[in-house]
Amino acid sequence: MIASSARRQTGAGQMTAVVLFLPPAILLFTLFVVLPIVEAAWYGNYSWNGFGTPTNWVGFDNYRYVFEARAFGLALRNNVLIIVVSLLIQLPLALTLALMLAEKFRGAVALRMLFFLPYVLAEVATGLIFSFVYDGDYGLLASIYRVFGAEAPHLLASTQTSMLAILIVVVWKYFGFHMMLFIAALQGQDRNLIEAARIDGASRWQALRYVSIPLLYPTIRLSIFFAVVGSLQLFDLVMPLTRGGPADSSQTMVSFLYSHGVTRMRIGYGSAIGVILFVICATFAITYKRWFMRDE
Amino acid sequence: MNEPVRIGRRPPELATLYRVLFLTVVAAFVAVPLLATVLGGFKSLGELRTNPFGLPSEWEWENYADILTSRRYWRMLGNSFAISTMTSALALVVASMAAFVFAHLRFFGSRMLLNYFTMGLLFPAATAILPLFIKVRDLGLLDTYFGVVLPQVAFALAMSILLFRRFFKDLPTELLEAALVDGCTYPKFFRFVTLPLSRPILATVGTITFVHSWNAYLVPLVMLNSDSMYPWPLGIMVYQGEYTSDWHLILAFITLTILPTFLLFVFAQKHIVAGLTAGAVKG
Repeated sequence: MIASSARRQTGAGQMTAVVLFLPPAILLFTLFVVLPIVEAAWYGNYSWNGFGTPTNWVGFDNYRYVFEARAFGLALRNNVLIIVVSLLIQLPLALTLALMLAEKFRGAVALRMLFFLPYVLAEVATGLIFSFVYDGDYGLLASIYRVFGAEAPHLLASTQTSMLAILIVVVWKYFGFHMMLFIAALQGQDRNLIEAARIDGASRWQALRYVSIPLLYPTIRLSIFFAVVGSLQLFDLVMPLTRGGPADSSQTMVSFLYSHGVTRMRIGYGSAIGVILFVICATFAITYKRWFMRDE
Repeated sequence: MNEPVRIGRRPPELATLYRVLFLTVVAAFVAVPLLATVLGGFKSLGELRTNPFGLPSEWEWENYADILTSRRYWRMLGNSFAISTMTSALALVVASMAAFVFAHLRFFGSRMLLNYFTMGLLFPAATAILPLFIKVRDLGLLDTYFGVVLPQVAFALAMSILLFRRFFKDLPTELLEAALVDGCTYPKFFRFVTLPLSRPILATVGTITFVHSWNAYLVPLVMLNSDSMYPWPLGIMVYQGEYTSDWHLILAFITLTILPTFLLFVFAQKHIVAGLTAGAVKG
């Protein structure tokens, strides 16, 4: 880029910059991101409570126990459920709202901000707000039931409905983020293309279906990526609502890792769960990028 | 709008009506839980049960006043503020320096090194939380701010470096060439030219890291074990545990803890929206 930079190398402080500017980032990243995941692969072969050094080698037993655990199966199923709901309900909702709110009209900006607000709130606060909404005695839902003279269900306390309750909160919290991505993309679109389509006789719907939405495909692919990666690491929201219960019915992979690995200080077992999660996340991210996001 | 195009469409009034109806339903879905939370904090427990939606018949200001005058509330916010400020400040310094090197200098292995950092985008901190705990413990940082700050900075690095690097690369190259001809060094150029020109991206990355750290739950939960060190997401869970079904108090507490986020959102809307969607749009 800079033609004669090689000649000025030392004079311009090139080496000084490299030697001064890079090490802090490399050190922090290696110490707290790369080493821990490498160590997880190592600890995962031991039965270890975290004191002293790991000596009790158990090979792949930890992994076998994880896959045999009923709670892990449920967690896996729930993570898949979250992904399905994110893709089939949340994304279409976000896209519809974006198409409505990308146009200028009175109140459009205020609505955009309102819909984005849940994304900014902490998961923990959101979870607590909804444990009030769902509360069988004081909650909003309960009082609606009472109006019709019906007994309020305790959504969070039943193995049948706990996951449904969490899925509703997931949509509430994250659709605004995806909507905002779509709005940003829509506003970057060339209006002339749509105008041209309309002049050529396309109806509003056709212009939308065959011009606007195809132009959004890269954003949709990106949005799917974020939805899946986010779903895989859902945890903060689950804790205030159900802590994975009742009877592990609303466990996610990370909440399973927390309740079965961290709280019981089973370092080996918990590390094995972490490694499984890592493999799922990394495999997904790499293949998805290779297959669907080649040019981005 | 062009008049001829409208021929043969449904009357626009009906479409508009559907749209208004749909937007109203979604707006209610989002706003009602939030409004009920804020108002609930002004009610007595008895009234909350009979009238959870409406305005309180009698405004109970003590719920809020008691929390605002309590030490724990301010200590929690203080902890959160300290952790988030340190996290975003450190992430800004460390990431912008590294990104500067990746943007302007080529050396043996620089491409590989950049790819090394990009790996950080592949997995969340949760995957390595137990080894991370062991590491922080062995460094003697358990139950300190830094035990939370350093891992958070490390996990923020990948995204921050990529955002910075792109911005630095887009700055006019003539600047650097001219400065080098005039005898300026790279570190000086970074300090006196690049950084002052980078306010927008500094604001964006600063906002992302601050908000994520402010809302973070898992890392502080694992690294801190005394109440006096807890940031607010941990503190609010403890509070909820103590006042299990005194929902009027819990709602007041929730309202007061999300108030700073809300104010930040209102006043720094542009940066927050730009920041939280930037990784997506440009990453």
